[in-house]
Amino acid sequence: MTAPRFPFTAPPELRGEARRHPVAVIGAGPVGLTCAIDLATRGVPVVVLDDGDTVASGSRAICWAKRTLEIWDRLGVGDRVVDKGVTWSVGRVFHGDRELYRFDLLPETGHRRPAFVNLQQYYVEQYLIERAAEFPDLIDLRWRSEVTDLVQGEDGVRLTVATPEGPYGLDAAWVIAADGARSPTRTRMGLPFAGQRFEERFLIADVRMKADFPTERLFWFEPTFHAGQSALLHRQPDDVFRIDFQLGPEADPELERQPERVMPRVRAIVGADTPVTLEWCSVYSFRCARLERFVHGRVVFAGDSAHVVSPFGARGGNGGIQDADNLCWKLALVLQGRAPASLIATYDEERGRGADENILHSSRTTGFMTPKTGAERLFRDGVLALAAEAPFARLLLNAGRLSRPCGLAGLSLQTPDAESPPDGLAPGAVCLDAPVVDAAGRAGWLLDRLGGSFTLLTFAGGEAPDLDAVPARPDLRQVVVADRPLALPGAEVLRDPEGLAALRYGGRPGTTYLIRPDAHVAARWSGIDAPALARALARACGHPPEAAREAA
Amino acid sequence: MPTRLRRDDGFAGAADAVYEALIRAHEGLSEAQSAALNARLVLILAHEVGDPAVLAEAIALARGSLRPAGEAGGAR
Repeated sequence: MTAPRFPFTAPPELRGEARRHPVAVIGAGPVGLTCAIDLATRGVPVVVLDDGDTVASGSRAICWAKRTLEIWDRLGVGDRVVDKGVTWSVGRVFHGDRELYRFDLLPETGHRRPAFVNLQQYYVEQYLIERAAEFPDLIDLRWRSEVTDLVQGEDGVRLTVATPEGPYGLDAAWVIAADGARSPTRTRMGLPFAGQRFEERFLIADVRMKADFPTERLFWFEPTFHAGQSALLHRQPDDVFRIDFQLGPEADPELERQPERVMPRVRAIVGADTPVTLEWCSVYSFRCARLERFVHGRVVFAGDSAHVVSPFGARGGNGGIQDADNLCWKLALVLQGRAPASLIATYDEERGRGADENILHSSRTTGFMTPKTGAERLFRDGVLALAAEAPFARLLLNAGRLSRPCGLAGLSLQTPDAESPPDGLAPGAVCLDAPVVDAAGRAGWLLDRLGGSFTLLTFAGGEAPDLDAVPARPDLRQVVVADRPLALPGAEVLRDPEGLAALRYGGRPGTTYLIRPDAHVAARWSGIDAPALARALARACGHPPEAAREAA
Repeated sequence: MPTRLRRDDGFAGAADAVYEALIRAHEGLSEAQSAALNARLVLILAHEVGDPAVLAEAIALARGSLRPAGEAGGAR
């Protein structure tokens, strides 16, 4: 693929036309672009500053999780990613040439999106850039625009931006720093990035070849074709395969990235006869680290600038997209005066939990892959030796814990259950998909109706629920899942043809969910309770308890 | 085929935490100390299991997973 080049266009600031922007995003990677589009869908104008003029070089992040695809569906770019990408849900684990077991990350039907889609980061960025261009009045994407200084004021940030036509100052009420693992913004603000560095080195080789490897994640411990501890193979579109070789701590990065060193390793796995070309390669080591806090005044860190993990588990890119999903509705509400600025602190609370979870999982995987002592090695080898025969050992075997949505139970925006419902989704859980049929008889997906705004999801059975008790408000969408068409003004009525919505949500007549704009459960009840709903809604918008009581 | 050993998730979803605890238990120990710790752990856990028939199956499973010395490192 020839990388597109995006032109520099002189912004109004260079003509002396200064105006204050609600939001400036630093960095046009997947996270920054997702933020820009999310904000635009909420009517918030956003300027995106990127020091480059093109998409990512090399495939980089390739595994996009179901949750990420669902977020991109909401933003109107899911289909393009899925259509171009390679869909997979099965992983297989080998020890040498012996297959230990296979696992299916999505063993049930009734979901629009698969467990994972593999797609090179440069395609993802291209699709996001093209989607952003569909908001010409709201998204101002500025290439070759490098932020060189940042000064925080009481209620905003002043950035200095260097461009081919000279520098300018830019004022923004909020700044999202999505400028990557080496975040210049983080450095500029002098923020420590504490964590653990791993000595082990790995080689990524992306190769183009016609090969009949299955569309599965193949992971080998002690592969027969590679002298190192492990190897991983993944299919991408365009006949590109990613092969990840564990090299050990002593490997020389300069030497190992030379094609004459890389290709024999590739040949050993694909065979001598398959025509194969090297697309991209990289020798890396990694660390697991995070900022102590993601929100610093009016500067909010998202994606790799806020936290980095090992690549095993696809928790970097997917974690970053969940950051964007969590942050943007909150920023929009605050900018529109519908929520207190303190709502942004809950981004730190909620995505801090996500980052800790991702760091924990990816550190454990790394530990399993790189035993450091004799005892560790004995346990690791014991697990491998038992895994084919004993199911319990497969639970201990850790070849990557793949990205899952982070649960937000018990955190401040969620209203705990007043009673204990036996099943369904607890407050904080991410919403699950299910096939639905709309009033006109069209088949669709439940998740397309949840998220974006706050949503009241009610299960009705055959009787119309008493939605009159719920005050009509433009920022609360009402969705009713019913057994038959019901005339309910102001609500979208859906049927549940396979009963999967009712099953996954524990839906009985009266079951009611308040769903957040990022499609997480804020609260639920066994019947509609208007004052409780008003309190939960106020709480989910970050209003303090006394305000929430008044709202009721 | 073992019949008395559990086939379900005896770790109740916390397998990674259990594994981490076992690894941590060996931090800072010499190889001899590690081996001694493992033996003591086996004794304690064997007592927790209690049932000699279950233990016999566990021992057979572990023993069967060891390769004869001549094959070590061979058939991977």
